[in-house]
Amino acid sequence: MATKVVMEALSPTMEEGRLVKWLKNEGDAVKSGDVLAEVETDKAVMELVARGDGVLRKRIANEGDAAPVGTLLAVIGTADENVDSIVASSGAPAAATAPAAQAAPAEASAPGETSVPASPAQSQGETPAPPQEKSASAPIVASSGRAPGDAPRRAAGNGSRPSAPPPVAAAGGRQRSSPLARRLASDRGIPLGSISGSGPGGRIVKRDVETAVASGGQSRSPATARAQLEGDYKDIPLTQIRKTIAKRLAESNGPVPTFFLTVELDVTRASELREELASMGDQYKVSFNDIAIRAVAMALAEHPEVNAHWLGDKIRQFNRIHVGMAVAVEDGLITPVIFDADRKRMWDISAEAKTLAGKARDRKLTPEQYTGSTFSVSNLGMFGIDQFTAIINPPEAGIIAVGGVEEKPVVVEGTVVLRKRMRITMSCDHRVIDGATGAKFLQTVRRLIENPVALIV
Amino acid sequence: MAVMTYREALTSALREELARDDRVFLMGEEVAQYNGAYKVSKGLLDEFGPRRIVDTPITELGFAGVGVGAAMVGLRPVVEFMTWNFALLALDEVVNAAAKMLYMSGGQYKMPMVFRGPNGSALQLGAQHSQAWESWLAHIPGLKVLTPGTPADAKGLLKSAIRDDNPVVFLEGEMLYNTKGEVPEEDYLIRIGKADLKREGEHCTIVTHGKMVLVAMQVADALAKDDISIEVVDLRTIRPMDVEAIAQSVQKTNRAVVLEEGWEICGVGAQVVDFIQRECFDDLDAPVIRVHQEDVPMPYAKNLEKAAKPDAAKTIAAVRKVMYLD
Repeated sequence: MATKVVMEALSPTMEEGRLVKWLKNEGDAVKSGDVLAEVETDKAVMELVARGDGVLRKRIANEGDAAPVGTLLAVIGTADENVDSIVASSGAPAAATAPAAQAAPAEASAPGETSVPASPAQSQGETPAPPQEKSASAPIVASSGRAPGDAPRRAAGNGSRPSAPPPVAAAGGRQRSSPLARRLASDRGIPLGSISGSGPGGRIVKRDVETAVASGGQSRSPATARAQLEGDYKDIPLTQIRKTIAKRLAESNGPVPTFFLTVELDVTRASELREELASMGDQYKVSFNDIAIRAVAMALAEHPEVNAHWLGDKIRQFNRIHVGMAVAVEDGLITPVIFDADRKRMWDISAEAKTLAGKARDRKLTPEQYTGSTFSVSNLGMFGIDQFTAIINPPEAGIIAVGGVEEKPVVVEGTVVLRKRMRITMSCDHRVIDGATGAKFLQTVRRLIENPVALIV
Repeated sequence: MAVMTYREALTSALREELARDDRVFLMGEEVAQYNGAYKVSKGLLDEFGPRRIVDTPITELGFAGVGVGAAMVGLRPVVEFMTWNFALLALDEVVNAAAKMLYMSGGQYKMPMVFRGPNGSALQLGAQHSQAWESWLAHIPGLKVLTPGTPADAKGLLKSAIRDDNPVVFLEGEMLYNTKGEVPEEDYLIRIGKADLKREGEHCTIVTHGKMVLVAMQVADALAKDDISIEVVDLRTIRPMDVEAIAQSVQKTNRAVVLEEGWEICGVGAQVVDFIQRECFDDLDAPVIRVHQEDVPMPYAKNLEKAAKPDAAKTIAAVRKVMYLD
């Protein structure tokens, strides 16, 4: 029973991946779950794992090849199994110029074949990835008059006998799953792409989702789901005034009608706190960025109306606080997430932020590490930027832009003194956050940062 | 509770309703002198006399029409067809007169009548006399179609049918007449349009009706030995159909097999599957599979007849399929 290794959608938005490196050679024994190769997605370098046991019989894609999701990359089989027909069915391996759909049908109905698209062209336009499907099960084709039944049956009403199963092109590159399995997976936050289907044609069925839930590790629970488990949020229906605000402001100011609020904070005491913590040992060191994340997270807990997403027909307020942290990488930026940031101690946030930033720069972040934020923080202080406005990451309702710390003369109780000051600017989606709401939120942030003992209790 | 046969339950329903309401009368071929071809009217002639228990000539269309006329003037006829296979001749009265009278008379004529008799196949009666007609009849707006599978349901539903002001098609089973079951002692009715959960289970629902209820129960017993827990929904009424009961069960088990005696194409099961896909789309873990008679005229040869009929083995295979066990 051969298993096809195909390019999987390893990120929510991935349509194509590049095979960076094979980690198994032809002839190597592999078990389900073994890492076969590294694949570069649009966001990161990910591991492609085996979905079946056996021997890696044939590597079809070469290192460096780019292939659309669903493309056959390799074949796993038993040591003596003939996999030639499967290999042949891939056509030109992993090439964008592969022949179009006509190549598939005849081969697809041969015994021992699967419903995975035989040529990459077939899977185009189909976003979800097919996992590697077990080859032994016969495809079920729902569109014929035939019930997916036992013995050959007469076609609907006309008395003719169906011949061999029809070509499976209809299945395309789609991962098959039962409606129930889709619902359960969605409820439990497990991406279907991470589950192997045990039903006919690789269909993911209830028991597969239950197995994935039970095994925990096998299901790559994405952060989006983590942030959106039932009970973790509250949906607020839109009032008429909210609808009008949303509509008119979006007309005026692009799809996300943003306004900006800036405050200058006194971080003298926060700075002293940093030094004290640093003197306790390296594990307690924190940056101004960590202080800002902690303060924002705590303020979000007090202002759930800011910890929200704009969903078009409603506003989703989250009960949990997952702060996205913009990190510059070589060719762009990515926003790893500190989950439940309001419940983490500042030095733990600091350690986690460091790890995530390192992974981001090495492009080793997994999708669950960079999706699911409920609010974001961006910081250009280290580049000497005094103040800036950050772009909101939709559907989030806001982002805080942290500027640099500067010593400057200010008036305190009638006297000019030198104080450490830092400016933060909040970008607000006016459909969710009104001016006064944002201002109150920033008051809380100010109170926390200017009285930093609150941040460590 | 008294244990009685399906036949005795029907007789007792007729007797009680004949006694309760003198507008009720029974007519059909051999119902009086001969006590009925299947002895359902046994003893009724002696008890109620020839005005209430009426033998007719072999003229299905004629006596069905007499029944329609009687209902129009306020009587409550029970018309017995020796079998529904003979009733094809009478369908003009059933479909064009009885089913439409209230509608076409602008509500002037009620149609409080029952057409009853055995439906479906028995054993080696040949292609013309082995047919299950419920999908034909349930297709017609204006008719109610009942298919009791047990003695208790037969009695409660026949009494409700006789008391209903609309034309009711009452489909019995030749092979059911001798089956026994517990029947309440007291006067009771079963609501038309209400399915019955014949057995509770967790893993797969079998939706069925009539004679096939017994097959479904056998299947449930057999599969219980493999720790497969089957829920049996007995529709009892095909029209109006209890969609809620079907949906509740499938939402619980996530899988369904629909078992019926008749043919596949446009069968009762097709309607059940349609309801399931509409009401339970997100609850389904597998396509619904139907079990039914093969798409051929019923063979006379014993071995071929057996092969053509739906049975426990075919149903078990279907259950295993929707549970992804095979």
